[in-house]
Amino acid sequence: MGKIQLKKVTKKFGDTQVIPPLDLTIEDGEFTVFVGPSGCGKSTLLRMIAGLEDLTSGEVAIDDTDATNTPPAKRGLAMVFQSYALYPHMSVRKNIAFPLRMAKMDPAEQNRRIEAAAAALNLTDYLDRRPGQLSGGQRQRVAIGRAIVREPSAFLFDEPLSNLDAALRVGMRLEICEMHKRLQTTMIYVTHDQVEAMTMADKIVVLQAGVIEQVGSPLELYHTPRNVFVAGFIGSPKMNLITGAEAAKHNAETIGIRPEHIDVSATKGTWSGRVGVAEHLGSDTFFHIHDTGLGDMITVRAPGEVSFNTGDTIHLTPRTDQMHRFDAKGLRIA
Amino acid sequence: MARSITNNRKALNTAIAWTIGLLIFFPILWTILTSFKTEAQAIADPPIFLFFDWTLENYAVVQERSNYTRFLMNSIIIAGGSTLLGVIIAVPAAWSMAFVPSNRTKDILLWMLSTKMLPAVGVLYPIYLIFIKMGLLDSRIGLTVILMLINLPIIVWMLYTYFREIPGEILEAARMDGASLRDEILYVLTPMAIPGIASTLLLNFILAWNEAFWTLNLTAAKAAPLTAFIASYSSPEGLFYAKLSAASTMAIAPILILGWFSQKQLVRGLTFGAVK
Repeated sequence: MGKIQLKKVTKKFGDTQVIPPLDLTIEDGEFTVFVGPSGCGKSTLLRMIAGLEDLTSGEVAIDDTDATNTPPAKRGLAMVFQSYALYPHMSVRKNIAFPLRMAKMDPAEQNRRIEAAAAALNLTDYLDRRPGQLSGGQRQRVAIGRAIVREPSAFLFDEPLSNLDAALRVGMRLEICEMHKRLQTTMIYVTHDQVEAMTMADKIVVLQAGVIEQVGSPLELYHTPRNVFVAGFIGSPKMNLITGAEAAKHNAETIGIRPEHIDVSATKGTWSGRVGVAEHLGSDTFFHIHDTGLGDMITVRAPGEVSFNTGDTIHLTPRTDQMHRFDAKGLRIA
Repeated sequence: MARSITNNRKALNTAIAWTIGLLIFFPILWTILTSFKTEAQAIADPPIFLFFDWTLENYAVVQERSNYTRFLMNSIIIAGGSTLLGVIIAVPAAWSMAFVPSNRTKDILLWMLSTKMLPAVGVLYPIYLIFIKMGLLDSRIGLTVILMLINLPIIVWMLYTYFREIPGEILEAARMDGASLRDEILYVLTPMAIPGIASTLLLNFILAWNEAFWTLNLTAAKAAPLTAFIASYSSPEGLFYAKLSAASTMAIAPILILGWFSQKQLVRGLTFGAVK
């Protein structure tokens, strides 16, 4: 079991309120991602769940039991750190065994679990090496191995893939997802990368300045962002946000239209502008369009075969049924 | 462009380094040489450098006149005991200062160091009186405790510096893995800080070994270490340079040998953290 509840938790560092009163429930077995820009309090929140950071007020409950004053060692949670935080003086085997040794588990059972974890993570050949002799990806596997052997009630990941190169990151992302499908254990994952959030999460918690902006499934957030912040944060490339006269035409303070919901044409359309940079990904091309008279630059996602040169005039037609409207407070208008 | 050093320049640097090294080492070398001379040769003018009749007579006399082994044992017990005791007290202190600092931590560190700025003689009377009252005068325990207290600020400072180099996330990982505070210090922090702890032990052993002010003032016979052994040869009967030198050589030999074999460790420990 691994149901985690935050009840009116707050955190102050000195006089600075990092987390205003916040409520959140993470159901057993759920893969929850905390996402937000740096400094939004997502790591602090995770560390409060872990017990590494004290609460200023409020309550953390694990499986409906108040754990606010339980030390991290007794919460039954496992954590994977961004820096891996392996014990450099121990072999891989001893690193993975450490939590079991702390739990004074029977050595035969310890070995069985270590062997199983090593096999699952392709670490069998490296068990006698020191962390310093491993690559970044292997170190991350060891950190994950150390977390899974103790069969925790929940896994906490603090930006675990940030130190890996792009190719490895995609691979590890899949492995973590597969691990979640296999173990069905609660996982809380902190990242500033919205692509990671979208691809991995059952539930995304978008945070800004310690406040939860929206909680929902990846597609809920994509299709019905609750406010301008979430609209701009979720999705890549970013949603185009337009204010002023064009928004007023749609009875809104701000309108948002995603790059993939704008059709392009060389001859006619609702808006027109000049092509700036074109980013060719092969399957798609992203055009950055200037001089549309809509304020900011507009980004459009077109099929890969569509071709415009820098400086060409381009006509844009937004699909109005896919348009998002926000009021003066930045909240979604239904 | 990388800075290139010509061979001439290298040779010059080497020569300068050797000169400075020998200059620093010369008094010790001279003491060792003198210990093998006769008393007459020892005070000869002009001084004789190498071409004298090498003799072990002084060592024989010194060994006959005083019990070297007893002084040596006292030195080992006092220096070793005070260093061990100091580290046992300093590890938790440095841990808390490095990993759970309060806004007073810097002040406490500075205050501890400030005790080293006071001339020792300033507290000789009170400490002497306390030692009399407690019956600690001329006892190994008394000296062990006083030398531990004298060196404790340095031990804490050194350990604090080494601990600061250890990433806090590793200790947090240990906590998440179910380690108690004791487990965390014993299985994670200490093994990672071994190079730092070793050089702290070594340096403080040397400091305690060479400490003369307190060892001379608070001992008479029973607990007297090698410093007292040397001092006993600058006697009122007149100076016997050769015998004094023999006694000094015998006193510094153990620490010199220890230092020689652990020089790598010492240098590494003292520059630990300077270059990552």
